[in-house]
Amino acid sequence: MPSFVIDEKCDGCKGGDKTACMYICPNDLMVLDPNTMKAYNQEPDQCWECFSCVKICPTQAIEVRGYADFVPLGSSIMPMMGTEDVMWTCKFRNGTIKRFKFPIRTTAEGAANAYSELKGKDLDSEFLATEESEGYKMPKPQATA
Amino acid sequence: MAIPNKPKGELKAVRDPEVEEREVDILIVGGGMAACGSAFEIKKWMSDDQSVLLVDKAAMERSGAVAQGLSAINTYIGDNTPDDYVRMVRNDLMGIVREDLIFDLGCHVDDSVHLFEEWGLPVWKKTDDGKNLDGKKGLKQGTLKGGATPVRTGKWQIMINGESYKRIVAEAAKKAIGEDNILERVFIVELLLDANQDNRIAGAVGFSVRENKVYIIKCKAMMVACGGAVNIYQPRSVGEGKGRAWYPVWNSGSTYYLCMKVGAELSMMENRFTPARFKDGYGPVGAWFLLFKAKALNGLGEAFAGSDAAKKELENYAPYGTAAITPTCLRNHLMLFEMKEGRGPIIMDTVTALAEIGKTMDKKELKHLESEAWEDFLDMTCGQANLWCATNTEPEKKNSEIMPTEPYLLGSHSGCCGLWTSGPDFDWIPDSYKIKYNGKVYNRMTTVNGLFTSGDGVGCSGHKFSSGSHAEGRMAAKSMVRLARDDKDYKPTLSQSKEELVELVYKSVRVYLDNYKYTTAEDINPNYLKPNGMMYRMMKATHEYGAGTSTYYMTTSKNLEIVMDLLETMREDCEKLASGDLHELMRAWEIIHRIWTVESHLRHIQYRKETRYPGFYYQADYPNQDDENWFAFTNSKFDPKAGTWDVFKRDYVQIIPS
Repeated sequence: MPSFVIDEKCDGCKGGDKTACMYICPNDLMVLDPNTMKAYNQEPDQCWECFSCVKICPTQAIEVRGYADFVPLGSSIMPMMGTEDVMWTCKFRNGTIKRFKFPIRTTAEGAANAYSELKGKDLDSEFLATEESEGYKMPKPQATA
Repeated sequence: MAIPNKPKGELKAVRDPEVEEREVDILIVGGGMAACGSAFEIKKWMSDDQSVLLVDKAAMERSGAVAQGLSAINTYIGDNTPDDYVRMVRNDLMGIVREDLIFDLGCHVDDSVHLFEEWGLPVWKKTDDGKNLDGKKGLKQGTLKGGATPVRTGKWQIMINGESYKRIVAEAAKKAIGEDNILERVFIVELLLDANQDNRIAGAVGFSVRENKVYIIKCKAMMVACGGAVNIYQPRSVGEGKGRAWYPVWNSGSTYYLCMKVGAELSMMENRFTPARFKDGYGPVGAWFLLFKAKALNGLGEAFAGSDAAKKELENYAPYGTAAITPTCLRNHLMLFEMKEGRGPIIMDTVTALAEIGKTMDKKELKHLESEAWEDFLDMTCGQANLWCATNTEPEKKNSEIMPTEPYLLGSHSGCCGLWTSGPDFDWIPDSYKIKYNGKVYNRMTTVNGLFTSGDGVGCSGHKFSSGSHAEGRMAAKSMVRLARDDKDYKPTLSQSKEELVELVYKSVRVYLDNYKYTTAEDINPNYLKPNGMMYRMMKATHEYGAGTSTYYMTTSKNLEIVMDLLETMREDCEKLASGDLHELMRAWEIIHRIWTVESHLRHIQYRKETRYPGFYYQADYPNQDDENWFAFTNSKFDPKAGTWDVFKRDYVQIIPS
């Protein structure tokens, strides 16, 4: 189910500091054609359909067309990313449309606590830093206790 | 622009790339769940004068197996015990597992899950009257750490709204380790041993897929966690659809290759995973079986898994087959039996399942149920949702086929191949499981001094999944800092010159540049082979001889002899791979990693003269389990100096009673 880029909508992320789809694709598929300044999927048969490029594209220029091997034409699924939820629009071949909204995150982006101030004490124990600081009790196999 | 189905990157490769040399105390290779765990943990233990670097082939925000998201966390101990966790994993993997590693993981995994929730991962909750709340509505129930009840699907799994799972975990990892200590889009392709000390890791070499630059990185301790191996067998879909692998298509066996090439001992590489999933789209079936209680039917409409014949067959594999939960391979085994007997295809009866649950629900609850069913796909296998749309499949009205996939190699899901590593230094762990360096045991260290792994890399210890991989990466991180401290006077020294390393990494570029002008179309040239062509050659060989889908996962001693011969020739021909651009250079190295990895898989199958995992593969010359001779780990070791292989047994020790 390879991603494709809609010519009219792609602006090559000219205004941004990086080409978003090229930055995010886990398989290095999305590239920017330097002549047209538009992105394309350079190896569609290695696309995992992970939708990372679709979700990150600032101009909604990227969609996905089902794999030619086994997906009939005419359907589409499109995510709309919010800060707390994702809204999916699922369009069937027969025209049926379903919409689903799911939470994606319960904290503000950037708010994850990295416990950067936390310093472990005993490097020779098997406790992880947060376990150590909270006084976690390490279980032992019941048969050996 | 017509883009053929092969790499034609925009970033042309040049003969002489720039070289950047680095030296750090600790090097983390990979950026997935395990590496993110290491990145989160490591600075909490490092002293101010120690340094660390994380190198990811992709971008951490969406790299690794969780890039797309997940709809469940499959390992959360909660009210269970680590002892029972060991029993579950042991039974699913037919007895031969490292109970020390599994127990140890079970002690730490919940701490990572609690962090995920704190960071913002929405976790479903149960209300006091037994209703399911999604992760947002469930916030009012409190946190798992605070005692709230998760929505369990099986005994070990909990449901989440996991679309942004990896983004959240990567965010904490990047903040903790610091952006300056991360290199993205750099692919590590070989590890380097020390010039002076035997069997001691000294560094790694790789290249940028964004610019013509080779990285030579020296270190005291290193963790390699680059996932499992995908597309090592011809997939069921061979056109565009081969990208729709069940496991991430970019997992190229690098974990196994990198470690084995410097002499790290592999264990249980014969173990593979051929998950039964929704046909073609490879959407998850776990929630359908466990949450929605759907049944799999054969082509005649019979619930074959519960039949007397199936029960009798499972008795042949007691005690595993007769346990309360049938091992994954045996569930496949029953399915394959139906298919081979002409009673296919196998159908997931979603219609009956949803109708049954719906009986006690009002309209709003029904709508929610439908949403849950779709979210299961949309969170982690978007393409399956599109396949349903394209085939006008509404699960309450139309059933879907399920099918066992092509084989995958991994150590974190329902598979257990990987490296032989040490567990922790507890007195309840037998000495034979401990790997020592200068007299000390280092948790998750391989048999190469200073080289660690986690996640898919640690063998004999499956069912870690995303949460366990993260926890394991944290455990390995602490252990690495300890080693770097204990060995602080060690100065990594490379035996290869800078130019030799550049030649090693950029060889396929130079082969290309030396020869491409000879023909009018660069892809066909008698002096080289493009990675794409080599990929097809490997897939065809393993598919036909190595227990691929074409033979219903059956192989024989003679077939193995043939495929090992073919793979040896492939390794020779890999000397003539040609890369015209940086993307293709990545593909060239990936195919090398895949060939070595699948060869080690088949070498182990060849050595183990029994069929331990019916349903995953069958060795027709030894069709049964043979506990008397084979209740042991199969390990193998490549000797980097001699270039030879050794395959041998290691004793299994039971720690947790039945």
